[in-house]
Amino acid sequence: MGEYLIKNGFVFDPVQGINGDKSDVALKDGKIVETTALSSGATVIDASGMTVMAGGVDIHSHVAGAKVDVGRLLRPEDKLFKSPKKTGKVSRVEMGYSVPTTFKTGYDYTRMGYSFVMEAAMPPLEAPHTHEEMRDTPIIDMAAMPVYGNNWFMLEYLKNGEIENNAAYSAWLMTATKGFAIKVVNPGGTEAWGWGLNCTTIHDPVPYFDITPAEIIKGLIETNEYLRLPHSIHLHPNNLGNPGNYETTLETLRLAEGYSPKSDFGREQVLHNTHLQFHSYGGDSWGNFESKAKEVMDYVNQQKNLTIDLGCVTLDETTTMTADGPFEHHLNGLNHLKWANTDVELETAAGVVPYVYGKNVKVCDIQWAIGLEIALFAKDMMRTFLTTDHPNAGPFFRYPRIIKWLMSKQSRDELLHSFKWADRVIAATNLESIDREMTFNEIAQMTRAGPAKALGIAHMYGSLKPGMNGNVAVYNINPEHMPADPDEIEKAFLRAAYVFKDGVMVSRDGEILATPPKLALWVNAKVPENAQVRRDIYEKFRKYYSVNLENYPVRDELAPNQRVIELDITA
Amino acid sequence: MKTVTLTMKNKPELILECNNVTPDAFAGKSLADIGRLEVYEGKFRAPLADYFEIAGEAGETAADTRIVMKGDCKRVKRIGQKMTAGEIEIEGDADMYIGGWMEGGRIHVKGNVDAFCGMAMKGGELLVDGDAGNYLGAAYRGDWRGMQGGLIRVKGNTGNDTATFINGGTIIVEGNAFIHVSTHGEGGTVVIKGDVEGRVGGQMVKGDVYVFGNIQYMLPGFKYMEDVEKEIDGTKATFAHYIGDLGERHPTSRGQTVYANLYVKA
Repeated sequence: MGEYLIKNGFVFDPVQGINGDKSDVALKDGKIVETTALSSGATVIDASGMTVMAGGVDIHSHVAGAKVDVGRLLRPEDKLFKSPKKTGKVSRVEMGYSVPTTFKTGYDYTRMGYSFVMEAAMPPLEAPHTHEEMRDTPIIDMAAMPVYGNNWFMLEYLKNGEIENNAAYSAWLMTATKGFAIKVVNPGGTEAWGWGLNCTTIHDPVPYFDITPAEIIKGLIETNEYLRLPHSIHLHPNNLGNPGNYETTLETLRLAEGYSPKSDFGREQVLHNTHLQFHSYGGDSWGNFESKAKEVMDYVNQQKNLTIDLGCVTLDETTTMTADGPFEHHLNGLNHLKWANTDVELETAAGVVPYVYGKNVKVCDIQWAIGLEIALFAKDMMRTFLTTDHPNAGPFFRYPRIIKWLMSKQSRDELLHSFKWADRVIAATNLESIDREMTFNEIAQMTRAGPAKALGIAHMYGSLKPGMNGNVAVYNINPEHMPADPDEIEKAFLRAAYVFKDGVMVSRDGEILATPPKLALWVNAKVPENAQVRRDIYEKFRKYYSVNLENYPVRDELAPNQRVIELDITA
Repeated sequence: MKTVTLTMKNKPELILECNNVTPDAFAGKSLADIGRLEVYEGKFRAPLADYFEIAGEAGETAADTRIVMKGDCKRVKRIGQKMTAGEIEIEGDADMYIGGWMEGGRIHVKGNVDAFCGMAMKGGELLVDGDAGNYLGAAYRGDWRGMQGGLIRVKGNTGNDTATFINGGTIIVEGNAFIHVSTHGEGGTVVIKGDVEGRVGGQMVKGDVYVFGNIQYMLPGFKYMEDVEKEIDGTKATFAHYIGDLGERHPTSRGQTVYANLYVKA
């Protein structure tokens, strides 16, 4: 493994408080080191006039597993005329657009300078295959969050107020699935979907289990803090995508009041609200649909124990996929395209529907504005992360375009005024009146330092501090001479000039140069022996599951390069 | 209009993908440059000139360029794909995807073609003197955006799945069609002059289908309204008018529910 000295770049590392200073970054043995630690044989990379950041960290993206595969199967046309020919020497054929192949996913993230991606929803029963696919996604390190919010064990334990039992089950599930965090999707609502119902407020009782989403969310926060997990609960709240849902969102976020984080991994939040754009809608119909980004962000800004990610609409043709089964059925009723639905036994469900966010559709344009407003209203960018909920609101390779819109009022105004219904979109949103333009430091917070901290992996990712994993992105853009054409911002972030992963140069100007081994991160939490939970697991598998308990866990060969985060709460 | 003639000299062992054989790709090029255009035989790339004798002269623009294909093109696919103007004449048979995604101009095939011809066509004209295979004028697999404009005329028969997801344009089959005509249709016109085995207009929301012969198995989702007199493609006739597919959602226009129309010659 070579040594590299990345010289004279404008370095942005919010963790160290380096804000565009001209300095050098050194790489050796796969890690970031002090420049003095290099030998004289180090390869020098001239980064003068360029921007240097740590490798990007994506907190929420659907890139591997069962529902991504359903998306690929459902949409052969997603590959039509959108699959570049094989170009590089080491890279393989790349295919697809909104649901790209594993190879294209790994390469495109790498080209944008990302080094860690969190798979946003892993149905526990599908964990072996999810890991198999993560293994086949080159270069980028990954982890996956098992979906909990409608799990029968959890519903029963929380109904009875048994936090310790729920924690013991959760720890077992995390280990069995090699999972990373507690993902909650439409708590209770997806289970209700099994009865053809939904929970659109946090007070709707779940059929049969007779527990409300509010009780589930509070119970899971308590479970998460009992287990002292690196990440907080990761919540997709109830009532996604409906006009007027911002009230549900605010009510949901208020559930976190009074809880404080208990974790040794540095996070400060107890609840992460993902793709907030989809949850910040006003009005009571698509006719008077409007932005409530300000109302939602006014609350988020005050609450230090919350983090959020954007879920920006990028105005592309894409594929929506979520464990929120009832929502996908509802969406199919709106656009009449294709619909796939999956039931995952005792655990969750999923739906997939293609969606075209049309540039001249008023509702889509308002959604686009809301995503940007959430970022622009945010006061603390260390708690606000850039996502598109890939591929739900747009494909992940549009992050550079979102960065352009956030950094350049000119670029977003040009688009806003080009809409067919521009006047109505402006009237229903705040975007036109916002002058704020993001700085490079804020972008580094939103795409690296912030998500790494919120995930509890800031000891490995998100900074250029010596000792961190050797993940560095060098972008061909000069913060002291910003290009007159905002499109240059997008170009620079789409194809980094140099990308290093664990100290290896993996990409240069978009060409993949190497595909070194990549890691799967997961959390192994040791909890006190719990005979009841063990028996419950045994009984449920015997009675209800279609697989044997012995065949359920992820076998080691499916995750050949594991980085296990060990926790011991018995101590 | 200037003409380039391609004569097959080395028949490919595998299927030859000729999406570069269009007036758009040829226009303004010398014969040598045309010969260097890339084609695929299976996974192998090769220049067009490896397979064809190339003669004549290309026009300055696509509209001013005519391509004549001679020899055995039975295993040549994708001729005229995405073409916007000009003319192509294929003197014998051709393989799949002829005139796929075509936007303008004219293709005349004197023999038969295989499946997926005129796929997702937006404009122009595709004329086949012989038979066409399955998926004539259909949408690409999985896509909901089928034929949107233009004219396809097949003098012989066609196979299954004609005009799937048709949205606009006209398809005329002078012979028979087998099963699945205008499935998921949401516009456009399909005329079958011969017989159809069945499944005409399944899940069809909007658009018209005319059948001059018999439909052996009628779908239950269509309801008879009345007999009407119509002139179709130069022939006047009385048709039984059905609306459907009643099992499907239907849009409204000016307060009226819009149905797909199926006309079967009475």
